[in-house]
Amino acid sequence: MSKLVSLSLVEMREGLLRGDFSALELCDAHIERIEATNAALNSFITISSESARAAAAAADKRIAEEKDRSPMLCGIPYSAKDMLVSEGIETTCGSKMLSGFISPYNCTVLERLEENGAVLLGKNNMDEFAMGSSSERSSYGAVRNPWDLDRVPGGSSGGSAVAVSSGQSPFSLGTDTGGSIRQPAAFTGAVGLKPTYGRVSRYGAVAYASSFDQIGPLGRSVEDVASVLQAIAGKDELDATSMDVPVDSYLESIERMADEGLAGLKIGVPREYFSFSVDEEIDANLKGQIAALENLGAELVDISLPHTEHALASYYVLVLAEASSNLARYDGVRFGHRAESVSSLEEMYCRTRAEGFGTEVKRRIMMGSYVLSAGYFDAYYVKAQQVRTLVISDFKAAFANDCDVILAPVSPTPAFGIGEKTASSLEMYLTDIFTVPVNLAGLPAISIPSGLTKSGLPIGVQLIGSAFQEGQILGVAKALEQSNTFANNEKTQQAF
Amino acid sequence: MSSYESVIGLEVHAQLSTDSKIFALSAAHSGAEANTLCDPVTLGLPGALPVLNRRVVDYAIKIGLALECEINRESVFERKHYFYPDLPKGYQISQYEHPICSNGRLAVRMGEELRTIGITRIHLEEDAGKSTHSETEPVSYADLNRAGVPLVEIVSEPDLRTPAEAAAYMRQLRQIVRYLDICDGNMEDGSLRCDANISLRPYGQEEFGTKVEIKNLNSFRFVERAIEHEIQRQTLMLEQGEKVIQETRLWDEQKSATKPMRSKEYAEDYRYFPDPDLPTVVVDPVWIDKARSSLPELPEQVFSRFKTMYALDDYYAERLSEEKLIARFYDQAVSEHNNPTALANWITTELYGRMNREGVNIEECPVSPQNLAMLVRLIDEGVISGKIAKSVFDEMFSTSASPDSIIEAKGLRQVSDPEVLNNVIRGVLEQNPQQVAQFREGKEKMLGFFVGQVMRETQGKANPEMVNEILRKLLSEDA
Amino acid sequence: MSLKDEEVLHVARLSAIEVSEEEIPRLKKDLNEVLEYMNSLSSVSTRGVRPTSHVHGAVNAFRDDLVRESLTLEQTESNAPDFNSNGFRVPKVL
Repeated sequence: MSKLVSLSLVEMREGLLRGDFSALELCDAHIERIEATNAALNSFITISSESARAAAAAADKRIAEEKDRSPMLCGIPYSAKDMLVSEGIETTCGSKMLSGFISPYNCTVLERLEENGAVLLGKNNMDEFAMGSSSERSSYGAVRNPWDLDRVPGGSSGGSAVAVSSGQSPFSLGTDTGGSIRQPAAFTGAVGLKPTYGRVSRYGAVAYASSFDQIGPLGRSVEDVASVLQAIAGKDELDATSMDVPVDSYLESIERMADEGLAGLKIGVPREYFSFSVDEEIDANLKGQIAALENLGAELVDISLPHTEHALASYYVLVLAEASSNLARYDGVRFGHRAESVSSLEEMYCRTRAEGFGTEVKRRIMMGSYVLSAGYFDAYYVKAQQVRTLVISDFKAAFANDCDVILAPVSPTPAFGIGEKTASSLEMYLTDIFTVPVNLAGLPAISIPSGLTKSGLPIGVQLIGSAFQEGQILGVAKALEQSNTFANNEKTQQAF
Repeated sequence: MSSYESVIGLEVHAQLSTDSKIFALSAAHSGAEANTLCDPVTLGLPGALPVLNRRVVDYAIKIGLALECEINRESVFERKHYFYPDLPKGYQISQYEHPICSNGRLAVRMGEELRTIGITRIHLEEDAGKSTHSETEPVSYADLNRAGVPLVEIVSEPDLRTPAEAAAYMRQLRQIVRYLDICDGNMEDGSLRCDANISLRPYGQEEFGTKVEIKNLNSFRFVERAIEHEIQRQTLMLEQGEKVIQETRLWDEQKSATKPMRSKEYAEDYRYFPDPDLPTVVVDPVWIDKARSSLPELPEQVFSRFKTMYALDDYYAERLSEEKLIARFYDQAVSEHNNPTALANWITTELYGRMNREGVNIEECPVSPQNLAMLVRLIDEGVISGKIAKSVFDEMFSTSASPDSIIEAKGLRQVSDPEVLNNVIRGVLEQNPQQVAQFREGKEKMLGFFVGQVMRETQGKANPEMVNEILRKLLSEDA
Repeated sequence: MSLKDEEVLHVARLSAIEVSEEEIPRLKKDLNEVLEYMNSLSSVSTRGVRPTSHVHGAVNAFRDDLVRESLTLEQTESNAPDFNSNGFRVPKVL
């Protein structure tokens, strides 16, 4: 294994500027790593070596010309969840429905990274249309957790998390609708940031649930993730829900907090989160994190988010409703799969969608159609929107009165076994209990590695901030990362 | 006379004449090769997102104000779901529970009477593409150029009572959107089209009967004929004791009949919900004031002004206020030469006649208001006769030259010099002693003969009034 | 509230998804399980609570009326299952 695949972004940047290695060498080292490991991990659906090498060569030229005036990410390889459309490179969304689909346009975040000179290595495997929490539900096969190949890496951005934690890619872009960045990050020992809703453009991210979806980075350190967020954050004229809020300098925020420490910072721990049944080791780990934060000078406060209990039901009603609508465009007319030898238009639609979508996707679409249908709309959809308002109010009140940042578990359990939870939709849904309230409220949250179970599986912890305060949670995460003795980077990679 | 009263409401769709589509950056014009005005948003490609074109909101506010609507502070775009090949996303983005305008009215002129028709609401939505169906194979085609073109849907109250009223209402709406410059009003191309809801009830009954919707009427004639036919059909049914069923029908112009649209196998359930991609539209009073101050004078206002300011009768006032550009033409002409009635007459007879024959509209009209005013002034000043003026006008229309230059070049100036006319008339009298004698014997009619002769001598340029006067004088002098 | 066979078929039709007879029992069980969980919302008191559609309450995101180049016909065609100069071809709309 080349040493190049375990460097931090800053180390890569410095190496490139010093000429220790070229962007092309960096790119090749990663492609080699992907090719050596993908058969076992199945974290990439598409490996775009050719365009990656061309981009790397162009980055070398740019670095030679612009030197340290070149962008921070110039020449740095990365991968993206196969939900972000990429011009000229297949985008499948983990679905047979989009097999062979080549977008004629680029997702805004990929466009921004391209402008920065970053090098796209390929597209990461995922749960079909992001509908899942295990990355098992892909038409392209389940993704494996490098820490234990019989376990899931979490999902839906499982391929991204695995790419990062196994050294296939220095960072990856995922999407988080209800925990899809944070939970796989926790399951694989990676750092995953879900930005504030509206912080990053969604243009070109295949829509699952539009009022929840947010693109964010997965990486091997808080600093790496901050650098990527810096490059992709900001208003996009092509996404009406992206917000025109100034983008902080995230690396500065991290440094400032590192200098000043956490003294005076109030970190809330929601008491409701302890009412759910949580794996003992996760519980113990969380208590350890609380102690660590206190040692760092933060004040830990008991807070209440009273509507937490109902967040998950509200979340699923709204997400499935939006999904049923967003996935109506897959009709076999303009792109994607189309059923053959059909005798009518009706049959063409129904069979195309029956063949193109996997079982879970079809279930979710039908649930969504149901909650929006005449007679049920008010009882389910409107009610869920009202509960969403209550969940938002809970967070607002907590941030206004009690705390600056909230600490929470990411998942009730560490990575579970492949096939363990596929029997029931509901059981899989319940694993999202700690992540979905953040998406309901559109808040930023980060998952960082916080330890290992006795059997050697990663555990993550979650920091939730108020809207557009990514700098603050990154700062706290950095402080916590430093105090966590478990050196995740190398261990993660050596684990496989 | 039927014992049933017909109750009619119209849903008029007007395509807004913006450059780009309502939510997409593709051009919104028509006539392009199939599927060449499509971008990722229009095609509903995975990941594409709609962003609202601000001008569309401006236009909706304008039509709302012109129809005396309340402009709602908040309006919301929702998704209306159904599967159809010309509907790219599987849903149409439209306003549903919270339209941009509501509670307006339009006073429709029916002869002497003014009928106020309530406007329930005006909402914004995207147009669908166009489906065509093969005659030879069991296939259809979808062209998505039109998909995403902005539409306003203007929904009337069921206040219309006759097919003629419905057509008049539609005509007036067309006039207004054209005055506002927000829609070209071209019904053949479908820029303006309507669905009609028709129900019957016994006179005196409050409650509405069962309504039938006729879709996609794209000419005034079709509106009138389809409604007329539908009223007859329903009347017959009711008279025979049958029940009208609520359904959607289509007008078949060739058969002069409405026919049912294929009834859907299952009930429509559009599953509307607010589009999460599109933030709520908030229109504040500042925006409304700005829109109000940019409103042009509307056809009804022009009609009234023409009557009071220029003392025109209803006929002229109506014809000259039909189109904003005609009204502007007329205003300009009158400002150049203050003879409103003569100018009104010239425009509505000669100018319209020639424009119709040549298929020219007012924008392309070769005669400027200044030149037309000059022509009338030259008549009024006696420089040319009315008769000569017609040939001058023809020349003006063909060459866009000014009337004075045509008159000069062709020597058409009217002869009003008494000395010249005296000489010509004396010559005519001398050459026709017999006719002179007859006149003096009391044959007054002979005067016309002499006038004709004088006109012949002068190629029609003699001032007719002066000719008459001098003739009478000379004929009585010599007696 | 619990779905019956015909309701399962109804939502399948609304969703334009073909469902075979054999699939119904399993589907019905799954949908009902999730639905039952969602029903827990009815216990939340939401009187007078405004429903949230946009989390940060953002309003008025517009763009100017500017035209950008459309995709080429080749690009539009490239992903289409059945396409010719008349348009996207589908089984006849009846």
